[in-house]
Amino acid sequence: MMNAVAPTNDLAPLAAETPILEMRGISQIFPGVKALDGVSIKLYPGQVTALIGENGAGKSTLVKILTGIYRPNEGEILIDEQPISFPSAQAAIDAGVTAIHQETVLFDELTVGENIFLGHAPRTRFGTIDWRQINSRSKALMHQLESEIDPTVRLRDLSIAQRHLVAIARALSVEARIVIMDEPTAALSRKEIDDLFRIVEGLKRQGKAILFISHKFDEVYEIAENFVVFRDGRAVGQGKLKTTPQDEIVRLMVGRDVKDVFPKVAVEIGAPVLAVHGYSHPTEFRDISFELRRGEILGVYGLIGAGRSELCQSLFGITRPSAGRLTLEGQPIEIRSSSDAIRAGIVYVPEERGRHGLALPMPIFQNMSLPSLKKTSRSGFLKAANELALARKYAERLDLRAAALSVPVGTLSGGNQQKVVIGKWLATRPKVIILDEPTKGIDIGSKAAVHGFISELAAEGLSIIMVSSELPEILGMSDRVLVMREGLAAGVFERDRLSAEVLVRAATGNQ
Amino acid sequence: MNRLLKNREILLVVIIAIMVAGFSTRAPGFASPGNLANIFNDTSILIILALGQMTVILTKSIDLSVAANLAFTGMAVAMTNAAYPDLPLALLIVMAIGIGAFLGAINGFLVWALQIPPIVVTLGTLTIYRGMAFVLSGGGWVNAHQMTPSFLNIPRMPVLGLPILSWIAIVIVLGAWFVLTRLPFGRAAYASGGNPTAAVYAGIDIGWTRFLAFVLSGALAGLSSYLWVSRYAVAYVDIAAGFELDTVAACVIGGISIAGGIGSVAGAVLGSLFLGVIKNALPVIGISPFAQMAISGIVIVLAVVFNARAEKKAGRIILRDRAAPEVSA
Repeated sequence: MMNAVAPTNDLAPLAAETPILEMRGISQIFPGVKALDGVSIKLYPGQVTALIGENGAGKSTLVKILTGIYRPNEGEILIDEQPISFPSAQAAIDAGVTAIHQETVLFDELTVGENIFLGHAPRTRFGTIDWRQINSRSKALMHQLESEIDPTVRLRDLSIAQRHLVAIARALSVEARIVIMDEPTAALSRKEIDDLFRIVEGLKRQGKAILFISHKFDEVYEIAENFVVFRDGRAVGQGKLKTTPQDEIVRLMVGRDVKDVFPKVAVEIGAPVLAVHGYSHPTEFRDISFELRRGEILGVYGLIGAGRSELCQSLFGITRPSAGRLTLEGQPIEIRSSSDAIRAGIVYVPEERGRHGLALPMPIFQNMSLPSLKKTSRSGFLKAANELALARKYAERLDLRAAALSVPVGTLSGGNQQKVVIGKWLATRPKVIILDEPTKGIDIGSKAAVHGFISELAAEGLSIIMVSSELPEILGMSDRVLVMREGLAAGVFERDRLSAEVLVRAATGNQ
Repeated sequence: MNRLLKNREILLVVIIAIMVAGFSTRAPGFASPGNLANIFNDTSILIILALGQMTVILTKSIDLSVAANLAFTGMAVAMTNAAYPDLPLALLIVMAIGIGAFLGAINGFLVWALQIPPIVVTLGTLTIYRGMAFVLSGGGWVNAHQMTPSFLNIPRMPVLGLPILSWIAIVIVLGAWFVLTRLPFGRAAYASGGNPTAAVYAGIDIGWTRFLAFVLSGALAGLSSYLWVSRYAVAYVDIAAGFELDTVAACVIGGISIAGGIGSVAGAVLGSLFLGVIKNALPVIGISPFAQMAISGIVIVLAVVFNARAEKKAGRIILRDRAAPEVSA
């Protein structure tokens, strides 16, 4: 076989086989971000190609191009060596590309058969829906997947694994030749994963080309023949898994030197501020303990779905823990609601600005003053002048760019919206600030500004919990890192012991 | 000019002015101060109810029970007045506001504590409150001759050229403006509707905020019940039937987003006046009541389309050159 990995786009050793689908030099540019940069990949019949990369490496952008949601700015797509374009999602389906998404997009209240054939139901001579054919073909598809699910059962009565089967049957019902599976195992138990892999083996035997997106190395090695590693929108390596050790793939995923990019300021770490003992949630995380000191940045790293945001939301009083204790500056405290947390000096800058952070129709200054209204009001009456003064102070400090502080937040760019969210929480003069993915979805220039600002806050004595899926950010900014895996603490690492390999191993359970 | 037209309130003022001018060419005297004052007086109750409705809508809810609340409370007040003519009017008004607020609190409690969608809750209580009005009155009427003169006359008494009814509406408008822009409750209402999740994260209790909004809406419905019964000098089960839809329409026309979080007191008032002008003008220029309903309906649909477009514009701006100019705050 071929040599180990070639960290280039050179595919010469594989050229002996004919790919079903080929992408050549695909670039996707969003304002301020190059999500994909000259990516070339090939998918072969009867083979599984694993697409590996950190969050934000460009995997989902690639999926969206392949399913006709995005149109790439550069490059071409070939099917059976013929150039093709996907002007719409339907065009991609017609060309035989189908995707099974992480959160399966199906309808609970419809039957299995209806779900499988929704949008392309077989018709009778009179143009009405041919139920007999739907049921018989659904049965045949389920049989092909070695399952005997009754096509007339409603989806809500099925287990998650069975729903996955329905999603796969739906993919097969359109005569797909290229199947994209986007983290299909994320919600499955080990037994369900085994079942799924048997199905994937069946698809391979039928000569379908499969693009399998997963974070989990053991699964990738179990099911896939080929791999492609994405990093920062580029395909940084591809080859055969059989001849590539895991270490090599980890290196490709994270490989870069980040120390110089981050404006981390050496800060004297002070006394403990927040101590968390055995924090647990009924379903999301268990037995998390850590200590946070004055001026410290605690990174929280893990894969998506490891329970990091859930932990933070619990610390902020959005959800209640089932067990565990908190002490703030040596005093035991109990946080039952977000207003308790704000009063205690713990604030949370959520990951999804639009959904959790801002009331977009409201003016900038009102968004900024919202958690501080008690302070800006006088004897129960709002004081617009005080609110404006507060907003002006933090707008200046954060270099917020807006026509006026009275314009709706919805008119600002993403980076400026992020500044409003951060400003709003700083205005409450917190002791502990929890930043959930502080630079997600903002352009590189603003990222550097946000990082500089985080360092400044730490220097001022604030204690910071920074949840991030971006290794460089975690490595560059953290004094210590808590790694979470599947709701459990996978380890706490001091700065002098930090390395990308250590964190990735802890997060993926690949020891 | 373009910017002026983008402002919903100014646009409505312009449209109402054009309408009044247009109608006065067909019906001389339509634009006379006396007639305009009449229209305002006529629209006063709608304005009061629309302000309550607006507060509820701001929190991403809706109160369909306002008119039924008005009918029940109006019946209760009228029957009390008929049975105990010696009770002072002030006490009756306090009683009306109290009963209305209590019925609103029932709505608010169901929405808050049981997490039932507001449209379902108030659709249910709408029927219940009207049913209660029937049970209370046994289907009977309270007529003008059973009511005391002060009960009937005080809202009509002119003060500085306007009837007291109009003055009450003006006071409520100022009060609503104060509550919504100067009290933390108002801010909480905007935030709860503008982004409920963000509001929770900011330490706002959105359930409590909605509850208060329903109580306010109910209290205003209670106040309106007395004004209504006094103005029309009669109380029966079906008074103000369907009027809840007029209050919603006034809000929608006034630019209050049915999705919550957007709207102003001026908008609700102008939306009400818009409907008031149409209601008063169409009979004058000889258009049948059925056509009036169709015209009102068309206006409402147009207003919704207009709102949808305006809200879309307020959404994300991806193109950099369309974003806010880079002026440092």
